[in-house]
Amino acid sequence: MQHVEVRGLDKHFGSFHAVKDVSFNIQKGHLIGLLGPSGGGKTSILRMLAGLESPDAGEILFHGKRVNELPPQERGIGFVFQNYALFKHMTVFENIAYGLKVQKTPKAQVRERVMELVELTGLKGFEQRYPQQLSGGQRQRVAFARALAPEPQLLLLDEPFAAIDAKIRQELRSWLRELIERVGITSIFVTHDQDEAIEVADEIMVISQGQVEQKGTPWDIYKEPATPFVASFIGESTQVEHAVKLHGFDRAAETAGTRALIRPEYVEVGRPIEFPLLSATEEGVVQHLHFRGSQWLVEVQVGDQKLITYRSLEKEPLQVGDPVRVMVHRAYLYNEQRSWIAENRFKVDPMSMMI
Amino acid sequence: MKKLWIILTYLVFAILLVAPLVKMTQSAFADGWSGFVESISRPEALHALMMTGLVVLCVTVLNGVFGIMTALYLVRGKWLGRRLRSVMNSIVDLPYAVSPVIGGLMIVLLVGPDTAIGAFFEKIGVNIVYAFPGMVIATLFVTFPLMVREIMPVLEEIGDDQEQASATLGAYGWTTFRRVTWPSIRWGVAYGAVLTIARSMGEFGAVLVVSGNIINRTQTATTLVYQDVENFNIAAAGGIALVLAAFSAGLLLLMEWTKKRREVH
Amino acid sequence: MRLPAKITQTLSFVQVSKLEEDPVQTSWLRHKGWTYGFRTTVLLYFVVLIVLPIAGVYVYAFTDGWAPFWESISDPIAWKAVLLTLKLALIATVINVLIGTMIAWVLVRYRFYGRTVLNSLVDLPFALPTAVGGLMILLLLGPNSWVGGIAEKLGFDIVFHQPAIVIAMVFVTFPFVIRAIQPLLEEMDASAEEASYTLGASRAATFFRVILPQIAPGIAGGAMLAFSRALAEFGAVVLVAGNIPAKTLTASVFIYGEVESDNNLGAAAVSVLLLTLSLLILWFINRVQRRGGRA
Repeated sequence: MQHVEVRGLDKHFGSFHAVKDVSFNIQKGHLIGLLGPSGGGKTSILRMLAGLESPDAGEILFHGKRVNELPPQERGIGFVFQNYALFKHMTVFENIAYGLKVQKTPKAQVRERVMELVELTGLKGFEQRYPQQLSGGQRQRVAFARALAPEPQLLLLDEPFAAIDAKIRQELRSWLRELIERVGITSIFVTHDQDEAIEVADEIMVISQGQVEQKGTPWDIYKEPATPFVASFIGESTQVEHAVKLHGFDRAAETAGTRALIRPEYVEVGRPIEFPLLSATEEGVVQHLHFRGSQWLVEVQVGDQKLITYRSLEKEPLQVGDPVRVMVHRAYLYNEQRSWIAENRFKVDPMSMMI
Repeated sequence: MKKLWIILTYLVFAILLVAPLVKMTQSAFADGWSGFVESISRPEALHALMMTGLVVLCVTVLNGVFGIMTALYLVRGKWLGRRLRSVMNSIVDLPYAVSPVIGGLMIVLLVGPDTAIGAFFEKIGVNIVYAFPGMVIATLFVTFPLMVREIMPVLEEIGDDQEQASATLGAYGWTTFRRVTWPSIRWGVAYGAVLTIARSMGEFGAVLVVSGNIINRTQTATTLVYQDVENFNIAAAGGIALVLAAFSAGLLLLMEWTKKRREVH
Repeated sequence: MRLPAKITQTLSFVQVSKLEEDPVQTSWLRHKGWTYGFRTTVLLYFVVLIVLPIAGVYVYAFTDGWAPFWESISDPIAWKAVLLTLKLALIATVINVLIGTMIAWVLVRYRFYGRTVLNSLVDLPFALPTAVGGLMILLLLGPNSWVGGIAEKLGFDIVFHQPAIVIAMVFVTFPFVIRAIQPLLEEMDASAEEASYTLGASRAATFFRVILPQIAPGIAGGAMLAFSRALAEFGAVVLVAGNIPAKTLTASVFIYGEVESDNNLGAAAVSVLLLTLSLLILWFINRVQRRGGRA
């Protein structure tokens, strides 16, 4: 059973086309990340799901029932705002209890549910504090607890970690993942941070310029990007204008105008003895070396193309100006007609060199 | 629901502000155009308008100069000390809390003919109470916070970084004020000046008490309106009031304009 | 901030010659005496204009001790005037809070034809002389007018009775509440309201539980300003009130009457009463604002 179905969603803000014919399904209990650059329409989609914005066209169905006409009050959702939007004049307890109180839940029950959530979110002892007396991470937890209190069916989170220090963010991410798993609630969160999406989400939808570029598990999206945008947005990559010139891709990139995106981890550099298949490599020169804590970032010049890769600290160190061998294992190729992943042909079939 | 609120808002404005204004205009022209001209071209009316103009001029200039300096000292004057500045800061607002009539009474009690100071000034031939100086002082008292309160937030907001930068570039106090501080506060000053003009033009209670309301000598436009009403000469009162209201409308437009300019920065 | 003299000299050699139009003439402008002169003048102005007069009233009221002061304010006409003023100012403030909150809401939240004009019109009572305001009300509601005629037939008396005083007070203090609430409404985080909706609260519940508490400091501050202004109002009230002792004689009109009949002591006594009240309100506003600023 699909929990959320969206069909042909469209939204304009004045002359700005924010969301263009977006359709997707979300399974019950899944944690979905909407990933994309700022201003790409992610938040608009989320707000339309919440009923805070009404679509120009298209349908939104929850459990197979159309909810377009339902106001946010009746959609059974929980919404966590980017800046938390906590009620400043209420204590933590009152904030969490708000959703239950407006539904006229009996007092004892409110108390029980709030204390349960306070326990769950690790806010015990802070019930009587006001939001301005809490740290960013604590406010975030209050925002979660408040959204979860009325037992919504769907949890929507708008850039939930944007306003938090990098250090605590890491900790909160795993905490959120765990919490959502434990509660078992379908959740959608918006982020522009790919690490965050990859780490937290069961499934990612990459959104750019109002359109869904790709939907899939983080691994799928990383491994097989469906569009050049996804390939360049996820992970690091270097763009190569003339893919034909890359050693081992001359046949794959035959079509004129084929370009390539190459991730650092697709590239290997080293002394000639480090490569068992020397035929698959070509010559290059080390341009720059940057120490990145756990590894070296190597910029290497191959012909007129600069490539970036990482090199383990365990291996024999390189020097700037060293001639090295460079092997491109894999490349993401694309032209006007299509895009695909190609392997280095000498690596796949070393014999072809003989022919 | 939304419609209802908008209609109610229009209704409040219509009843409370527009209807009285229209009615007053009507009664000013009850005897036609000539009646209106007659009521405002009476010698006492012309004199009263002139007095109002003079008071406005003196008060706006004095209040402008001293308001700017007081604001500067209250925000930047480290020589005053924290405590004294905070005390002065509270005192600035006092005229807001004082009924204009009481403001006038204060001046009479302090420098009236029965007091030592008043008697001294009378001896050297300067009348304060029941004369022009008293009216200006009373109006200055009432309008004092307007200028200071407009400039202080602006000064606080811009901070003293730019002024310090100017000092390190070799500019002395006056140059820094003219080249750095003044451009940032001028629209605040302009707004404060418009408020001061409006308030001093409309000041009634304090001036009434201090001036003694002597026809052709210390009578201002507002006190003339009062006297005309007391004498049941409503049409004449309406004429003068209409002139004042016209000025107010102009000031209101000025207020809007300066407020917008102020927000640009 | 003081720079080492050497740097200042070098800098002034480079820069000031460009900044100052007339470097020769400005040397006397930099004399230390100017600074002290300005400081003394401003302080003196401040003390003479503001502090001395207020202190003077208190001193004058108590020159002959407690007894005459007590006698002055225990005159029924005097204390009834003060009580009446308090009562009517309170009514005017309540009215202003209600219509002011509504108007501020409408002006900030809705876009409709004529909004900017209405928004400018709010300040009209500030720009208009209060005596003119009083005259306008007198003309509109007076016995010879259309409205006054109808009211009289229905058995209501407006002008020269208490309702007219309330109307005059509402008119004069009209902008305070609106102008105090507007910035709070404008700055209010829209997402707090949306959060309330997503948590299932209706529009009315959201207004009373989320929006109202946030604009409450503005309402309170505006209301107190309006109240103290209504207490002090003279120009508009004196024209419409009829000034009948114990019935429509307000405190400020009473003070004026005492001054006119050369009873300065009586005037000073009631002034002290009214002043103290206003000062307390002012002090309270400052406290509320300071607390609001911290939160």
